[in-house]
This record gives sequence, C-alpha cells and structure tokens, in this order.
Amino acid sequence: MYDLTYHRATSVDDAAAKFSAASDGQLLAGGQTLLPTMKHHLAAPSDLIDLRGIADLVGVKVSGRSVTIGAMTTHAAVAENAQLASVCPAIVKLAGGIGDPAVRHQGTIGGSIANNDPAADYPAGLLALGATIRTNKREIAADDFFTGLFSTALSEGEIVTAVGFEAPEACGYAKFPNPASRYAMTGVFVAKRGGGNVRVAVTGAGSDGVFRHDGLERALSEDWSVAAVDGVPVSADGLMTDIHCDATYRANLIKAMAKRALA
Amino acid sequence: MTEISMTVNGKAARASVPDNTLLVDFLREHLRLTGTHVGCDTSQCGACIVHMDGRAVKSCTMLAASAEGAEVTTIEGLANGALHPMQTAFKENHGLQCGFCTPGMIMSATDMVARYKAAGKELTEEAIRHELEGNICRCTGYHNIVRAIQDGAAKMVAG
Repeated sequence: MYDLTYHRATSVDDAAAKFSAASDGQLLAGGQTLLPTMKHHLAAPSDLIDLRGIADLVGVKVSGRSVTIGAMTTHAAVAENAQLASVCPAIVKLAGGIGDPAVRHQGTIGGSIANNDPAADYPAGLLALGATIRTNKREIAADDFFTGLFSTALSEGEIVTAVGFEAPEACGYAKFPNPASRYAMTGVFVAKRGGGNVRVAVTGAGSDGVFRHDGLERALSEDWSVAAVDGVPVSADGLMTDIHCDATYRANLIKAMAKRALA
Repeated sequence: MTEISMTVNGKAARASVPDNTLLVDFLREHLRLTGTHVGCDTSQCGACIVHMDGRAVKSCTMLAASAEGAEVTTIEGLANGALHPMQTAFKENHGLQCGFCTPGMIMSATDMVARYKAAGKELTEEAIRHELEGNICRCTGYHNIVRAIQDGAAKMVAG
C-alpha cells in the first residue's frame, strides 16, 4: 500500500470538510473492498477519511413497514436484525450471504452501494425495493443511483448517510455465488409491492451492472409464482461473459435464481 | 505517522505508526504477537483473524488506525497462557497439520460459538461449515476442523 494520510471523521460535515481539503481523498467505510484494492496498488488515494467513528451513520430503524438503514451499518448487523427480518426477510438473507463472517463484521451497506460492484448483492436489493439513497446533499432514487459498472450518481465527495425503503408485501433473494469469492455470478431480488407492482433486479449478470428485468416484472405482476418464471424469455444480450461463465449460462441463471427467490 | 492506542489482550498498547499500517502488521511487527498470521493477504484465507470488540475481523484488511480505542484479542490472549477449550479441542481432534491456518480457525471458531449462543441458535455441523467460508486450510480437508469446533463448542459450554 502506498503512503497516505489517515483521518478519522467525527461527523458527516467533518468528513466532507476533510475530503475537500485532501488533494486526492477517498472515504473509508468498512474497507473490505477498498483496502484490498489499495494493497494491489489499484487505488492510491493521498488521504483516507474514515467514517467509522460517526455514530449517526450506524443502525437499523424499523417503524411500521418503513425501514432506514444507516450507511455505516455492517452486513452482520443487518443480517442479525430480528425486526427487519420480520418485515423484509430477503434483505436480511442478502446481507447474511455477503462474503464471509469476518467480512460481514466490517463491510457496510453504504460502502457496498457507493462502490457498486457489478456482482455485489445490495444493488439488486435496493433497486428491487425501490429504495431511496440519502446523502449529505440530497435523496436519490435507486433507479437513478446505480449508473453502471462501479459507477453511481454520487458526485465527488458526496457521502451516503442512509438508505430507506418501504417493506414490500413479499420479497425474495437468491444468488449463485462464486464458490471462491461469494460474489454473485447472478443474483435476483424479487419484490411484490402494493397494487400488484412487482420489481425484479438482477446483479452479477449485466455487462453494465445491476438492472431491472421487464419481462420477469410483467409476468410476476400477473402471477407471483415460480411457475410464472417459466414462460418468460430471458435474453443473453447485454449479459457478461467472463472466466466463470458465459452470457447464455447467466441468462439461464437469471431464471433459476428468480425461481429460487420466489420459492 | 499517526498515534494509535488500543487494548490488546487486556493490555494497553500505544504506538506511533505510519498511517498505512495494517492492524496485522501492528500486531506482528510492533507488538511481536506473531501468532496472528498473514496467509493470502487478499482477505480470503482468514489466517489473520482476530477479535475486535468481540467480533472476528480480518486484521490484514483493516488499518491499525481504524482500531483506535478498540479491544483486540489475538490467539495469544485467548486463554492467557493456558489452553482455551477450543485450542484443546483442536489438539485432541487433530484439527491441524501444519498449523498455519489454526490461529485464524480458532478465532473464527470461538467467534461463531459466541454468536450462535447469543442468538440462541444451534451451531450444527452444517452451520460450522458455512461459518468457515472465510477460513482456508490446505492440509486437513476441514473434517477434523469441523469436529474440533463441535467438540470445542461443547467444551466451552461445559466451561
């Protein structure tokens, strides 16, 4: 890892000020992606601004069906939250399947979505849930937040503070994890919201990152069932081919994971 | 350089270290607690696992400065010189061959036992295998490690 200057922020405003003052600053959340990237010399920020000490950014609040998760809440804290499990079990399952136990003790929801890895789990969850991403400057709908591979609508130095969503009537998540990394080779999050509104988001498969699948959404809006997935054509166009599997295989995984998510 | 202070194995530890110092390097190089190992250095193998504020973390994937004020426990501090019941279980069940991954395995094992106990869940053989996803052993093939953790969990309850 190259030399850097470490700062511990005491508040979101303090973090923003420290970021502005740095020549090539980077915000540090749980560090489970950023630090390995820096160790490989693929990132070399001049300054790291650690958000770990900001208590306001940590915690899960469930009020009725309204959910708010602080940006620095760890995957483990989401996975272990019984209140959240009762209103939105799929997000709890999703968080409990990220990485491994030690990674889940450090990695955070804010860090995950700000990085927007195309095979990360949370982008699928938040997109399907129609979540709102809150920052120190504004609120951004998940539909507008995830803009491509490792790319988001966040501006330079903008800090994710929380995510919020209304728990759906029903939801499910299933992924086919890479056996070594546990990243999704394909993951599908299905959410049935009020008024027959179904959203389906796919991660790990798209060559431009997380996306919603229109065909699955239409079919499941009419019939929320495993059987409804069978009749939906899923094209390999726009899907990734890499050393793990090709686009056709991923197209099939989308259907297979959608079924598991509904089962 | 940055000033850090934390509690390691019950003792106060203070130092001035380069800002990019990893927690594992602080433990090994500054405190000479070489029981915590660096295996892959890419967050996958778990040989570097320690407990921070009662939770298993990969000390190769954390800056020492981020552990400011934390309570850190390494394999050396698990039983303060005696053998912890989990260490005894690894010994009795042949849960190691070369021993390189063992400190991380034992720190993960005691963490999972504590978490399952706190959640009131049964730590089944299947659960142990899932919980070990972040620990890699290249000698034994895991069967004896899983048996050791089952035995160690029982020994910890017996106290």
